[in-house]
Amino acid sequence: MSGSLNLLIGLAMGLNLVALGTSRLQSLIRMAALQGMVLGVMPLLIETEARGMVVLVAVATVVIKGLVIPALLRRAMRAANIDRDLHPLIGFLPSLLLGAAGMIGAVVLAHRLPLLPEHRESLLVAGSLASVFTGLLLLIGRSKAISQVCGYLVLENGIYLFGLLLIHSVPLLVEGGILLDLTVGVFITGIILDRIQRAFDSLDTRKLTVLRE
Amino acid sequence: MNPLLLILGPLAAAGLAALWPDDRTRPWFLPAAAAAHTLLAFYCLFHPPLVPAGAWIGFDPLARAMLPAISLLFLLCSAYGVPYLRLRSERSNRVFVPAFLAGLGLMSAAHMARHLGLLWIATEALTLSSVPLLHFNNSPRAFEATWKYLLVGGTGIALSLLGSFCLGYASLHGGGGGDLTFAGLMAQGAGLSRPWVLIAWVLLLVGYGTKMGLAPMHTWKPDAYGEAPGIVGAMLAGGVTTVAFTAILRVRAVVDAAGAGALASRTLLVMGLFSTVVAALFLLSTRDFKRMLAYSSVEHMGILSLAASLGAPGLWAAFFHVWNNSMTKGSLFLSAGNIRRAAGGRTTEEVSGMSLVTPRSAALFVAGLFAVTACPPFGPFFSELLIVKTTFAAGHPGAAALFLVCLLLAFLGLTRVVFAIVYGRPRQAAREAGSKFREGAGMIAPPAILLGFSLWLGLATPEVLREAWTAAAQQLFPAP
Repeated sequence: MSGSLNLLIGLAMGLNLVALGTSRLQSLIRMAALQGMVLGVMPLLIETEARGMVVLVAVATVVIKGLVIPALLRRAMRAANIDRDLHPLIGFLPSLLLGAAGMIGAVVLAHRLPLLPEHRESLLVAGSLASVFTGLLLLIGRSKAISQVCGYLVLENGIYLFGLLLIHSVPLLVEGGILLDLTVGVFITGIILDRIQRAFDSLDTRKLTVLRE
Repeated sequence: MNPLLLILGPLAAAGLAALWPDDRTRPWFLPAAAAAHTLLAFYCLFHPPLVPAGAWIGFDPLARAMLPAISLLFLLCSAYGVPYLRLRSERSNRVFVPAFLAGLGLMSAAHMARHLGLLWIATEALTLSSVPLLHFNNSPRAFEATWKYLLVGGTGIALSLLGSFCLGYASLHGGGGGDLTFAGLMAQGAGLSRPWVLIAWVLLLVGYGTKMGLAPMHTWKPDAYGEAPGIVGAMLAGGVTTVAFTAILRVRAVVDAAGAGALASRTLLVMGLFSTVVAALFLLSTRDFKRMLAYSSVEHMGILSLAASLGAPGLWAAFFHVWNNSMTKGSLFLSAGNIRRAAGGRTTEEVSGMSLVTPRSAALFVAGLFAVTACPPFGPFFSELLIVKTTFAAGHPGAAALFLVCLLLAFLGLTRVVFAIVYGRPRQAAREAGSKFREGAGMIAPPAILLGFSLWLGLATPEVLREAWTAAAQQLFPAP
């Protein structure tokens, strides 16, 4: 069980690097969605007996992170009619190198953190830290508003991975609430993006500089 | 009376208001729901309900010490909201009114949440519900501010979720069940795994500190407060920040129980002083009177953080200051909203002589200035005096001295801006816009009453509040 779980986490970590290296907005959205779906399946692997609630939350996660949120983002992208290339503030190669370094750092750090015996073999903590780092890197290093939202989603995915450590103790009600907040958040962000596009005629956050001291 | 109604009542009113067909009568939902909420909150203040130890949600002493202040502030803001929304009849309030009401329910939920996960959900939902309020003015600047609020606030709140999970893992690693209720975590106390508690503390402090607006995570605040309508600024500065402060206090109590209280206190002290220094420096240079209020809010959040680092006596002073801050900031934001509307501008270059255009609002604004800069006999004077005394008593004379210097600088910065816009000759734009703006009782009474409360808190702090603050301090620092 631990083997297949680690395989999935490894896949998610690989997707982090792809997301950092891609130059197209479409594929960035796709990577974040794919990562969300990979993560959504994991509770089913961790829980030995499939409780009804676990299945429900897993299905909801896959549907929302894999289908609903990317659909919302694509709609925002089409409505904004922006060009599909990302304009990075941190170049693709430097981001990739930073991301790879962050991944190695995450693995090293995860080994040094005090973990329960049953979590020592798992990549959960390393994968979580790497995704949080990637998410922050995308938030800082990309100028398009939608790609920043993707960065936020990757960051969220990392936190979700960490939350899996607590799956036996945190009630799934809480997981459900978090998922709901995330969905509403992306929905509202989509509306704001639309308005920014109309007001500034651009979704490039570098142009949002009216407000400064 | 079930305190859960404090959450469900406003949420139900929000749902009803969303379905209400008429734009002209919809704003009346605000004072109606707010009055019911205030009655219930004060009933619970005088007759504290029993909260089962393991309850996820409850009107516990900490909620009792804070929530009535928010409720009172909300009531006066919503009374102001009716004439304000009539004035803004060019904009539909179909989203504004429900979002504002939902904010009240979620603020109650966050104050009463005794479970880390629940607290996070309520805070995040509160952040989202305030988004439509922030861009109510529908200008490009408002959208820019909203975007920054979403991005900075969203990242902060995401980190606090990670921190919540780390605290849960601290319990799991320490041999506990990973229980995320504050009572359960505190009961485990020293059994919590120390490294994880420290990681969790840093993440939660950064996360909820962003929401609270502690420097250096305050960058969204001047933009958001500057662009939002005054009524929204009042709720953000007086209510939403209090939610984050309550969250930090609850987490701090857990960290204290785990035996890392000294370290937590030191971080709060440093963050608090840093916030007051940053705020004082920006106050000296800002020219925009609404952004000025935002920096003043950063300063007061720093004061709260400083007070929270001083153990139980400091905490008592912090609760006192929360009440003073809510009332005073509410009054300032509402009167600033009037001035902004009548002046048609917002910087000291564009606005002057408002004492001739809007005499009542300008008088209230000046009185509010003296209240917020802690001039006697207003409430903030007494709470800040208590904080300074406690800082000296706790053996931090250097911190107290730095704090006093910052207060002085903030006073200079605030008076400079306020007197520049209030006195002098009115500009042409203000004469024209001001002649259309009438200072009706509905837009003057709420800030005046809030200021009156600030004065009252200073002159005669009610006994029931003193007792509630003592009880809340005891909840967070149980006597050994």
